[in-house]
Amino acid sequence: MIEAHGLTKRYGKTLAVDDLTFSVEPGRVTGFLGPNGAGKSTTMRMMLGLDNPTAGRVTIKGKPYHELHHPLRTVGALLDAKWVHPNRSARAHLTWMAKSNRIPQRRVDEVLDIVGLTSVAGKRAGGFSLGMSQRLGIAGALLGDPEVLLFDEPVNGLDPEGILWIRKFMHRLADEGRTVFVSSHLLSEMALTASDLVVIGKGKLISQSTTDEFIARATENTVKVRSPQLDVLRGALTDASAEIASVDDGLLVSGMDSAKIGEIAAANRVVLHELSPQQGSLEQAFMQITGDSVEYHTGLETEAEQVLSATAR
Amino acid sequence: MTLLAVERIKLFSTRSPWWCAVAALVLTTGFTALVVGNADEEFPATVASTQFGYSFGLAVIMVLAALAVTTEYRFGTIRTTFQAIPNRTAALLAKTTVVALLSLVIGEIVAFASWGLSLLLQPQADLALNSTADWINVAGVGPVYAFAAVMAVAVGILVRHSAGAISLLLIYNLAVESLVSLIPNIGDDIYEWMPFNVANKFLTGAGASNAGRAAEAGAPMSTSPLSPGWALAYFAGVALVLLGIAIASARRRDA
Repeated sequence: MIEAHGLTKRYGKTLAVDDLTFSVEPGRVTGFLGPNGAGKSTTMRMMLGLDNPTAGRVTIKGKPYHELHHPLRTVGALLDAKWVHPNRSARAHLTWMAKSNRIPQRRVDEVLDIVGLTSVAGKRAGGFSLGMSQRLGIAGALLGDPEVLLFDEPVNGLDPEGILWIRKFMHRLADEGRTVFVSSHLLSEMALTASDLVVIGKGKLISQSTTDEFIARATENTVKVRSPQLDVLRGALTDASAEIASVDDGLLVSGMDSAKIGEIAAANRVVLHELSPQQGSLEQAFMQITGDSVEYHTGLETEAEQVLSATAR
Repeated sequence: MTLLAVERIKLFSTRSPWWCAVAALVLTTGFTALVVGNADEEFPATVASTQFGYSFGLAVIMVLAALAVTTEYRFGTIRTTFQAIPNRTAALLAKTTVVALLSLVIGEIVAFASWGLSLLLQPQADLALNSTADWINVAGVGPVYAFAAVMAVAVGILVRHSAGAISLLLIYNLAVESLVSLIPNIGDDIYEWMPFNVANKFLTGAGASNAGRAAEAGAPMSTSPLSPGWALAYFAGVALVLLGIAIASARRRDA
């Protein structure tokens, strides 16, 4: 259970995080979504007491982070997989973390086993690939068997296998009743991982809802219709005040669901060859909602390219 | 005790402390071998002359101590540390203590190794430790290294960057202090209170361990007016004040 209340962080003139209020529930994976530079990492650092909020507060299980006793046993976090001394072995890294919170040494071997790093536990962490570093970071987060887990962009730069592994892993953690809070700038990834979404842009809260609600609200519902009697149908739909656009061999109807279109067609005795609801792309949806709050505005075209290239990455 | 164990694991699970310890030993004993090996009838080796090289080891110790902190900032492990131990004062005090203790041990090893080497090189010279001044001159190197390490840790916490912290420390230690005495009129008065000059006073006192000889027979005497005991207290005080400032700043700043 994480609660942010009026959380604000100001760096000089820039407001990195602006009056954020939201809560994260246990037993679910909650996505923390926003374009790059929206303030996701800053928010997570404030959750861990690393950065001091300019105003507001954030509590974990009702307490500010620094009041937690042996905090690694309550909160596990992976903010940056590179936060490891390159000349220290994976096991030594976990050993000092375990020692600091009085976690038994055998737990170190357990978590190394969970993330599959047992065979390289004695190797220096500087030689790890990004995927291995991420796994080591996750091992560190799991060390204290915490109820609350924070992950900042955990799938960034991972191969498909690694992404799938992390996704399944987070579901398992949530199914065990833990609070899982994971940030990403990719809605398509979050749609598969998270059941709830906290969406921010330019440091401000845009929405907090379930993922399905967000996607439904975000994607513009259109229905594709094909018919040999298109002209009749076009007239009938226009009379029913639907918006219509012509595509190569049919119509694209928005502002009306497929059931209604079918009924109108039947009432007008129009034969339909196709009646198919179209799902808008998630990236379009995300842009539509956060479009006004991208940190570095460069016109919509370049913005679209940015989002698309971000997706391709 | 837990926090001390944590910092001990962190320090010894990297290689830099070992390299620094070896470097301190080699540099200091090497210089000692040069000085003592060249002693002759006119200027026989003294207890003080076996320790003329201590400032080389001192520089290495300060590099080690600064690195112990700045690498944590460099690699982000300081954030992991503060995440595991949100009480930053406790975490940083534990780190300082472990680094200072290691420096103390290295200091003693370096000092007695230098003295022992001198015994081998000049068996006929009077190098017996038979006065308090003699003992302080050799065994005092450890405490001086320890408090110098505290200073370096403090500077490391404040500056956060390895290169910045190390250049600041070394330039200060090797150049700035002695250049202060070049300031007209007041330079010498200020120099009397510069911390490393005062630390030297603690070690060499009034020159008893150097058989009463002054500058012409080796390193110049410290100009500090303090007694050796007060000199150590002053040096330690400067180190602890610096550390206090550094920890206060670390508590306030974002990690």
